[in-house]
Amino acid sequence: MMATTWTRPWFWAFAAAALAFAATVVLTGVQGAGGLLVAALTFASFSVLVGLGQMAVITMGPGNVDLSIPAVMTLAGTLSLKLMGGAAGTELWGLLAALGIGLGAGVANYALIWLLRIPPIIATLSASFVFQSVAIWSNRGLRIKPPVSLAEFSTGSTLGVPNAAWIGLAAALVFWMLIERTAYGRRLSAIGQNARAARLAGVPVEGVRAATYVLSAVMAALAGFLLSCFSGGAALNMGAEYLLMSIAVVVIGGSSIAGGNSNVPGIWGAALFMFLIVSMLNSYGLGAGVRLILTGVIIVAIVVAASGRRLTP
Amino acid sequence: MRRMDLRLLLPTLSLLLLLGAVFWMQPRAMSYTGLNLLFNLSVPIALATIAQMLVIMVDDIDLSIGTFVGFCACVTATFLHDTPLLGVLILGAAVAAYAALGALIELRGLPAIVVTLGMSFVWSGLAVLMLPAPGGSSPAWITALMKARPPLVPMAIIACVVLAVVGHLLVTRSSLGTLLRAVGGNARSVSRVGWSVVRLKATAYGLAGVFGVLSGMALVGLTTSADANIALRYTLLSIAGVILGGGEFTGGRVSPVGAVIGALTLTLAGSFLTFIRLSPDWQIGAQGVILIVVLAARLLVRRRAVR
Amino acid sequence: MESAAPVVSLQAVGRAFGAVRALSDVTLSIAPGEVLGLVGHNGAGKSTLVNIVTGVLPPSEGQAIYAGGTPREAGVRVVAQELALAPNLTVAENLRIPQRDLRGLMWRGKARTRIRSALDEVFPDHGIGADTVVGDLPLAKRQMVEIAMAFAEGGPAPRLVILDEPTSSLDASRADQLLRHVHRFRECGGAVIFISHILHEVFAVATRVVVMRDGRVVDDRPAGGYTRTSLVEAMGHVAREGARERRIAASGVEVVSTPEGLRAGQGEIVGLAGLAGHGQAEALARLYLERTSDWRGRSPVPAAFVAGDRARDGVMPIWSIARNLSLAGLAMLRRAGFVDRAREARLVADWRERIGIRTDDTGRPILSLSGGNQQKVLFARALATGAPLIVMDDPMRGVDVGTKGDVYEMIRSEAAAGRTILWYSTEAEEMTLCDRVYVFRNGRIAAELRGEKITEERMLAASFDMGEAAA
Repeated sequence: MMATTWTRPWFWAFAAAALAFAATVVLTGVQGAGGLLVAALTFASFSVLVGLGQMAVITMGPGNVDLSIPAVMTLAGTLSLKLMGGAAGTELWGLLAALGIGLGAGVANYALIWLLRIPPIIATLSASFVFQSVAIWSNRGLRIKPPVSLAEFSTGSTLGVPNAAWIGLAAALVFWMLIERTAYGRRLSAIGQNARAARLAGVPVEGVRAATYVLSAVMAALAGFLLSCFSGGAALNMGAEYLLMSIAVVVIGGSSIAGGNSNVPGIWGAALFMFLIVSMLNSYGLGAGVRLILTGVIIVAIVVAASGRRLTP
Repeated sequence: MRRMDLRLLLPTLSLLLLLGAVFWMQPRAMSYTGLNLLFNLSVPIALATIAQMLVIMVDDIDLSIGTFVGFCACVTATFLHDTPLLGVLILGAAVAAYAALGALIELRGLPAIVVTLGMSFVWSGLAVLMLPAPGGSSPAWITALMKARPPLVPMAIIACVVLAVVGHLLVTRSSLGTLLRAVGGNARSVSRVGWSVVRLKATAYGLAGVFGVLSGMALVGLTTSADANIALRYTLLSIAGVILGGGEFTGGRVSPVGAVIGALTLTLAGSFLTFIRLSPDWQIGAQGVILIVVLAARLLVRRRAVR
Repeated sequence: MESAAPVVSLQAVGRAFGAVRALSDVTLSIAPGEVLGLVGHNGAGKSTLVNIVTGVLPPSEGQAIYAGGTPREAGVRVVAQELALAPNLTVAENLRIPQRDLRGLMWRGKARTRIRSALDEVFPDHGIGADTVVGDLPLAKRQMVEIAMAFAEGGPAPRLVILDEPTSSLDASRADQLLRHVHRFRECGGAVIFISHILHEVFAVATRVVVMRDGRVVDDRPAGGYTRTSLVEAMGHVAREGARERRIAASGVEVVSTPEGLRAGQGEIVGLAGLAGHGQAEALARLYLERTSDWRGRSPVPAAFVAGDRARDGVMPIWSIARNLSLAGLAMLRRAGFVDRAREARLVADWRERIGIRTDDTGRPILSLSGGNQQKVLFARALATGAPLIVMDDPMRGVDVGTKGDVYEMIRSEAAAGRTILWYSTEAEEMTLCDRVYVFRNGRIAAELRGEKITEERMLAASFDMGEAAA
């Protein structure tokens, strides 16, 4: 409980991100630094959006994980773009549709968990198959462009910071308030520490779980909407890498996989790190293989180190 | 025994139902070639499902089996083809790594879901290093084995039956398999009488590694080449297969025969949807729906049994 | 028989868990052909003694010596209260877990033969198939399987079998079969430690009875040396004159009334007594869960729960004292979804003062507190909700005397203020503080005591089944 900065769990994520950044800039020269930073902020913000939702789910303790994030992203991206049809003046409807899809997907996920009494991992997995199919069916290989205004917004910047990053920052702020300041956040953490004790202390466990799975799906839908606007159209595999990414940023960001302890700033640090380590390895001429191996080794190492911390009281 | 039989009833029924539907839609499928086409890809999926089942059996879950199968496929298509001895060594080391992972997870009380997730990056990274682009070629003997045309019954079906029998003997009948299932059922009482749960979990993971290797080899035998992403969907398919086959996530309640049936059902579901001319768009979705329907049916059956 | 070398002998054995002494200076040996009846109230040290004899726990003082090296080689087997079977395996397969010589091609056949003959011998006409999955068996049959496993051939042959409440889910005729088998086993030179709350069973099989209290052996005599009454007396404390004044009976508005017959009025302190594990905790949990929601945190809070098993049911280990304290009352502290932190701070400060939590900073982690103070936080958590009904599940476990005094005081003043308190305790002494006591046995209410009738003797007598012939 010492308040020194370096003992904060998110510190290491940011330190590692800064290190990767510095190592890249050393090689590519200072002139590339600005561009690298903008790219890092932009791409990290998509990971942040899905990571925040996944963090809330993982905070509920072992067994809780949302595997439907990629499918929800794809579904929300394709359907909302289809609805807007690239026409101006439809932006708000598109956004609302995406969020509504997230809401529906979250409700479906939780309904499966609750009605069939199956572990969340298999519930979100089977639901994701269905979401994925709906997305494929609605997309039909079409590549619908987003309305120009949205495309410009999602690729543009305000005050030198990419708009996507502003959204990611705003979402992080909202989540921070939610986790740290609301009764929901307290109850979420209590469930993750000990669901049985939480229920006996009057925590409405099922209500909180339902809200959390819905929240995660809505965040995935928002990320899918933004990402498809940013990349000029929805692709069927656009969510694929975000399943592992969403879990990785939670773990690297210092949230406890054992549950109960979530860390919002760490999500940003980890998301930046995950992007910057790729650019660093790329700029050093190392291929995708080494990058993947290092990512995996880092995740496993962090989990092992974190378990060591818990063993010593 | 009766409970286990009942547990197998639902998966068997759903497989037969699906098969009947396919034959009804497409009578020509009721032939040697037809069956071969229908079940061709089921062998590697069934092997991966058995691997997943071995991990689920000890109350864990393996999110890396898909990339691991991909990795093994790449080793098979490159090293095992070019320098067989080195290939065998690499595959052996991969199995040892799986066993070590199982020991580490138990020893430090790690969440298997996150560790295997991390390992999935490692396996796919190693695969990409070996085969940056699709390529390689299958060792002749594997292709010969996988594409053999034995009389009367297609190879895929023979292989699946053999796999089910081997799995049944290993997991359900043998004394080691019984002890491993006991770890899933009541790890406390296993360690209370002096067994090392760490060693037992390492054994279960090691066996899973063996079946993962076999899955990769079988896959290469069918496709004759490999790439890193060749088996990504196996992770989810294998979990679904275990559950479809009557296995449960916790408590060591698994059935190798059921797992093979589950894998066959999933493979067949794809073919079935092609036959009813439902667009391929819905294939994945149909697998999801089948999974949900089976789980719902199981819940109903169990509710009735309780009453 | 007296001359035979003991199967196990404990020499001045003691065992401590942290500061708590569970067992002190126990010297005891069990010879072949002996059936040792082990009796004592909750927390007398019986299970610790069993764990030391089976080798699960090493003694902190003294030593345990076995005829044949390790407990396993000496043929020590145990049927514990918690189920040791793997529910996913069949009856025969379960035998594989303890018996290491079940290997090779024919192991299933061997396992089947062994468990079948053991079942046939102990429980004739048992009706249990060796290939039935244990999870499909009703509780009584599972217990029969477990008992048969302990007597089964194979590995080192059984020489000392410890039966800890072996008949708790058996009906009278099965219990009878077991007792007869214990006789046969003894005559063949086997030794048994028999723990039961059913005293006539103890008298029926034991050759010697050992009474434990507060972690010590307080009496050790041949079974014939006791009468039922003298045995109960030996287990209980010497009767002390309770110096507490009885409160005037409560106002009478009934707040709780369950189908099983549990009733409580407003302002009443109602005790749930009896031996541990006889359904009291389940009754309380049911009552509490029915009155609170899974879906929505209600304000005002209808009922609050005080956990006794702090790690399992109470403490949020990574949180501060303050957050732990305010958890149950969040529904009242909420303003537009946000926690009103100023009000929370006032509430925490207020209760810290009232219940006397010894810390200078409620921002510290809860685990920095002693067990007694953690328990005070859990009391404060429940009381701070303002709930009219407080449910307490053996809340004084491992709490020091000073804290207990403070809390007793608190409980009485809260009840006087009109709150209803349901209190389960394994300590009979605490139950004498109640206005009304229900004694539980085998999941049911065995007796209801009120006012002056609430004495330790009466509760103890109701907790133990004296059998039909009881005087």
